[in-house]
Amino acid sequence: MKKIINDPKNVVSEMVDGLVRAYPQYLTQLPDTEAMVRSDQESMRGKVGIVSGGGSGHEPAHAGFVGQGMLSAAVAGQVFTSPTPDQIYAAIKAVDQGRGVFLVIKNYSGDVMNFDMAKDMAELDDIQVKSIVVDDDIAVKDSLYTQGRRGVAGTVFMHKVLGAAADQGASLDELEQLAQQVLPQIKTIAVALSAATVPEVGKPGFELKDDEIEFGVGIHSEPGYRREAVKPSKALVQELVGKLDEEIHLDATHQYAVMVNGMGATPLMEQYVFCHDLLDELATKKIEPAMMKVGNYMTSIDMAGLH
Amino acid sequence: MLTVENTVAWIDQFADQIEAKQSYLSELDTPIGDADHGGNMVRGLVAVKAALNPAPADLTKVFQATAMALISKVGGASGPLYGTAFLEMAKQSKTDTDLETLLAAALAGIEKRGGATTGDKTLIDVWAPVVSAVQAGKLTQAVVDDAVASTEPMVAKKGRASYLGERSVGHLDPGAVSSGYLFTALLATEGIL
Repeated sequence: MKKIINDPKNVVSEMVDGLVRAYPQYLTQLPDTEAMVRSDQESMRGKVGIVSGGGSGHEPAHAGFVGQGMLSAAVAGQVFTSPTPDQIYAAIKAVDQGRGVFLVIKNYSGDVMNFDMAKDMAELDDIQVKSIVVDDDIAVKDSLYTQGRRGVAGTVFMHKVLGAAADQGASLDELEQLAQQVLPQIKTIAVALSAATVPEVGKPGFELKDDEIEFGVGIHSEPGYRREAVKPSKALVQELVGKLDEEIHLDATHQYAVMVNGMGATPLMEQYVFCHDLLDELATKKIEPAMMKVGNYMTSIDMAGLH
Repeated sequence: MLTVENTVAWIDQFADQIEAKQSYLSELDTPIGDADHGGNMVRGLVAVKAALNPAPADLTKVFQATAMALISKVGGASGPLYGTAFLEMAKQSKTDTDLETLLAAALAGIEKRGGATTGDKTLIDVWAPVVSAVQAGKLTQAVVDDAVASTEPMVAKKGRASYLGERSVGHLDPGAVSSGYLFTALLATEGIL
């Protein structure tokens, strides 16, 4: 393992410290926590708070999305481990303006339980809390017998939509309705070229041969649906768009927001090459995205690949 | 009957077992999880031991201090599950010091928090048979060991292992193993059963 770190145990606390000191105009760390709230208190006045968070290793998620029109606060857990309820609760308390707080949770058993406990704690304090659990990863077959689909890069769209609505004064109930409307419309699929290495573990979460790729991998190196030999970008686009099409039936009469999300070790150059093929492929379906985002939004430490 | 003294002794023994088995628990968590169960549990139980020394004034406070330390230090799924178990025992202990009633409340809390049930390859597969055995006055080490072993052939239906489906067969559930240590410590503590 070759990383720019000190003791692996201190990666999260040192990262959070570096982040808030680099951007004090945007982020303020709550004492004794790894929760970060918006420095611009005035922008939150009278609005419903939006709080998200999760394990670390997905930067810029989630603290990078704290700001006017997106999150009010973000809570960073240990690497790939949900933050604890006391810290989530501290964030809820810090951003509540008396109109309640809305939580954006990714669908992992740990995250769901820790955010739920924080919600219980806040309700004891008479802070109204509602939440949405994002489960956009279509690689996982939805079934009654598993945790269900994972929350991945599409969560960033949920942050944006709810953050913008909250900024315009939406109530907690209105945000809940909006979140439920948006949820089934966010779909994501991945391809990985190499796995992520968790600092405390010291070796990659799975092994792929030099010429091998895996479709459907999750953001914590969860297994995907198929491995095969590496292919040109055009063929990757066909596979991934094909999967999405099966799920949502792409339709030129609808409008789409499209995100090409790098997993941490994929250069922007490759992301734009993929984007070129993606837009060509969508054009054959007469689809011109209403909004495009290309870059690293929800990473998986040093995984190479796209979501 | 549970007292402050024997309950603190029980939880201390549990902490010692977890510390001794840290790397084994993480190894179990590698093929079907994310290799952090040992580290997460040790971090929590080190905090629990500190919170119980000196011993709190009453039984409710013992359980409450244990729950808060686990909730704030463990993280992942184990923190809320073990934390909820001890929090429910804290609530129940206000009116009751009877082990079987407290454990039943803890189990109900775990089921509600995690939404899992018997056969899902989780710690419930140890808690449920142990609670029944305690209620019947028949808890032995064999009951605990059999319950832990029963998770090996199961297909995981909850938590991170559930993504593996059939590939989770043949591995013990790490949470079931750590729960096994909790009840092994219970059996080893004098004056409770």
